[in-house]
Amino acid sequence: MPVRVQYEDFDLSAEVAALRAGRAQVGAVACFVGTVRDINQGTGVSTLTLEHYPGMTEKALEAIVKAAQERWALDDVLVIHRIGALAPLDQIVLVAVTSAHRGEAMAACEFVIDWLKTDAPFWKKEVTPKGERWVDARESDEAAAARWGGR
Amino acid sequence: MRLTVLFFASLREALGCDREVVVLPETVTTLGELRQWLASRGGVWAEALAPGRAVRAALDQAMAGPEVALHEGAEVAFFPPVTGG
Repeated sequence: MPVRVQYEDFDLSAEVAALRAGRAQVGAVACFVGTVRDINQGTGVSTLTLEHYPGMTEKALEAIVKAAQERWALDDVLVIHRIGALAPLDQIVLVAVTSAHRGEAMAACEFVIDWLKTDAPFWKKEVTPKGERWVDARESDEAAAARWGGR
Repeated sequence: MRLTVLFFASLREALGCDREVVVLPETVTTLGELRQWLASRGGVWAEALAPGRAVRAALDQAMAGPEVALHEGAEVAFFPPVTGG
């Protein structure tokens, strides 16, 4: 159940290969990759900086992964979240889930990213032509997490 | 009671403070009371921690509501709603 918070980029293929290496019981791999858009709420974004709460971040991510593993029959879960300065097109987050069957892998992958959005202590700050601004939380994210009926 | 309070993101910038060790009066026993006590300093504290502002809290690195009791040596954090992912 690896959880990583890092400045460095990640390689989806390499991460998935490592996650399922030697695991012949795995029949499904579901992945979500979040990336930096060049526009948010109608304004161009040139840089995105991600701040987090060291210590709590790792605990929050591990708790979300544990909740997913209790809910579905999963082989393994990997979460990588980047911090620091990012630019449009950069990768921000990876959630990869392996399971025997696709239904569980896909549901768990969505569950993990939905809860990450509302429970993991990360904050985004954007640089736009009008200056810097902290990104506001979206009510739609709360609704997406709530539909799982708690974690 | 003596504990550490951390501030993150827009709250950290508004307060000009990322970490502070505070010694609380006996009347301050919960997260909500701590927030009120900090806001009673006035100025940017009153503004950033005003009751209507969306401020989340954690106690010992876990999300916690205003009713949660504080303890000696605790690590408390206040921050805006999270925006990762």
